[in-house]
Amino acid sequence: MAETAVAEKKEGISFGKKERRLLIDPLNENNPITVQVLGICSALAVTSLILPSLVISVAVVFVCAFSSLITSLLRKYIPNAVRMIVMLVIIAFLVTIVELTLKAFSFTVYKQLAVYIGLIITNCIVMGRLEAFAMANNPWKSFLDGIGNGLGYGAILLIIAFFRELFGKGTLFAGTPIALNIIGAGPDYLINTETSFLFGWYVNNNLMVMPAAAMFIIGILIWIQRARFPKLVDVS
Amino acid sequence: MLLLDSFINIFLKAAFFENMVLAYFLGMCSFLAVSKSVKTAFGLGLAVIFVLGFTMPINWLITTYLLSDTGIFGMDLTFLRFILFIAVIASMVQLVEMVIEKFSPSLYNSLGIFLPLITVNCAILGGSLFMVAREYNFSESVAFGLGGGFGWFLAILALAAIREKIRYSAIPAPLRGLGMAFIITGLMGVAFMSLMGIDPSALAGAK
Repeated sequence: MAETAVAEKKEGISFGKKERRLLIDPLNENNPITVQVLGICSALAVTSLILPSLVISVAVVFVCAFSSLITSLLRKYIPNAVRMIVMLVIIAFLVTIVELTLKAFSFTVYKQLAVYIGLIITNCIVMGRLEAFAMANNPWKSFLDGIGNGLGYGAILLIIAFFRELFGKGTLFAGTPIALNIIGAGPDYLINTETSFLFGWYVNNNLMVMPAAAMFIIGILIWIQRARFPKLVDVS
Repeated sequence: MLLLDSFINIFLKAAFFENMVLAYFLGMCSFLAVSKSVKTAFGLGLAVIFVLGFTMPINWLITTYLLSDTGIFGMDLTFLRFILFIAVIASMVQLVEMVIEKFSPSLYNSLGIFLPLITVNCAILGGSLFMVAREYNFSESVAFGLGGGFGWFLAILALAAIREKIRYSAIPAPLRGLGMAFIITGLMGVAFMSLMGIDPSALAGAK
């Protein structure tokens, strides 16, 4: 059993066209959020600012990639009846690593994100890919699939966060060293010209801070994506 | 009588005024993906009511008798909460999955991956965490579980019904299906915000 697993792994590590597709597909044609409809909850919860979205995206890429790898390595030994519990233990283990790493190296970010990091456990992308892909494919492919899906998720998260932060708070990258306060009135803003009529007219839109705004933005993203790639359109 | 009153209050509050999906936006993935037809939505909704209704009291027992410092271990074990809650939910979902596979293979096939994904439906873990945060007692936690599940059930049924009707409308092709579902959910959420903050006990008092 172990020998076949090793042989399979050896033959698996190559980077051909198929492997590239595993990485590229989730960015667009098989995007976890807009096509597979996985991981919506966190996409609504964390995207009111760019910084938390970025941290969560990196964490999800890590958790997704390694949980796929581990599950795929163990897939022949996991009994079908308890597979969910096994997967959740693997995911919870990886999320704990992320949490402790963040706590050790960037305590301020950890403070801001404590709850959301824990919620990666219940992010359906991770579990969804384990169930749909890693349980049936070899470790190398599952690893790539995990990275690809994490990246596809992160890309959408950052797009949503960009618009929500810009229109909801009038800033970009708030909380980072390169914070920009772009539109909006007040002394903290980069282009603050109380006398000018070009800037400073913007009043922060509280609708964009609410989760409902993320629903609208994802809806519009889906519209744009499917207008460009008509084969994704739902026929039913 | 007082017990029944608070039971009904919490049930109504969880089902309508603080709806899991439309007010807190929890449990979105399966909500959006499985709401294509009323029939599958109905099946998934029932499964969610069942899982929420059972996990909530079990998790209440776990927090009160295992994890609190007055429990059987006599020390504060709340850091184990996530793992234990998830384990309870996962085993309950596995049970539901086996039952559905046995009794309704067609429903089992149409739910596909979203049946095991009830485990990571944030509404369920979120419900248990709300239950702990709001310090409900046992009967209240039963009411909250059933009410939250019922609210989720109604919401997914409503969205599925809207989506079945809207299929005949002249929506731009790229927005059909999923895109429109997102926008409808956003609008339903905005509408439900006006219900937030209504206190059902005050309503009863006014009568």
